[in-house]
Amino acid sequence: MITKLNVASIMVLNKDQALDFYVNKLGLEKGQDVKQGSYRWLTVRVPGDVTEISLEEPGPPVHDEATAAQLRELISKGALGGLVFKADDIRALYETLKSRGVTDFTQEPTDHFYGTDMGVRDPFGNAIRILQQGKVADKARA
Amino acid sequence: MSREVEDLNRRLLRARDAMDRFYAEPLDVPAVAEVAHLSEAHFIRSFRAAFGETPHRYLQRRRVERSMFLLRETDRSVTDICFDVGFTSRGTFSRTFREIVGEAPSSYRVGNGPMVAPNCYQMWATRPVVAAGVARRSSSFGDAAAATAS
Repeated sequence: MITKLNVASIMVLNKDQALDFYVNKLGLEKGQDVKQGSYRWLTVRVPGDVTEISLEEPGPPVHDEATAAQLRELISKGALGGLVFKADDIRALYETLKSRGVTDFTQEPTDHFYGTDMGVRDPFGNAIRILQQGKVADKARA
Repeated sequence: MSREVEDLNRRLLRARDAMDRFYAEPLDVPAVAEVAHLSEAHFIRSFRAAFGETPHRYLQRRRVERSMFLLRETDRSVTDICFDVGFTSRGTFSRTFREIVGEAPSSYRVGNGPMVAPNCYQMWATRPVVAAGVARRSSSFGDAAAATAS
């Protein structure tokens, strides 16, 4: 039986820039940062969480140049996958992100029956959603 | 070369995000082109190349998708919903809705109730394409031509 999601990955255009965004802006913590030859195994994670998010850059030896170029195009069009996080106080987080200079919001905190969520893009175009499961959702279930 | 494409795509995506975010406001293509820092003609051409449809059509479909959402989820009148999602005329709304969805807003409401998928997934995945059967009659959305070509 599978017990945990251990590593998720997201494609980025630049690992240094990604690390800065995911750690210094979004508030995740750095996990692994290991050089193996020319490959840099770089992960971030929600503080205290076990799931590592691997930041992957298209390119050799995993991808040939043509494939890497296609992937970079898709990333910048926002056409590859994204990440969904949970937060405890989404409106406070929204203010924090703004104060850290984040501008690329796709949605301000918005209430739904299942809670309150917001959307932001990473510097490359990947969609990030953040959800606070709310009282509205709890009431609906009761 | 590749860098330029990525930078252009990123700006086009930002403009598309602006349509997803501000569809309820009096947004038009020149305003969206400004978000991408492109001239209107260049913007329309590049957007179409990147996303396969014109920015005008993208925005129309976002507005129609949001109206479908409100028809399913709320009791607001069709006229209120028309203005809620950024249309400025009831006639344009009804005609556009019918062209894309294949039926009138009021009859869509009768046949459809709330969905359980989170709102972001609904916005992402349920922005309508032209309904089967109406594509041939539709002119302003250009799908008839696309369907014939394929």
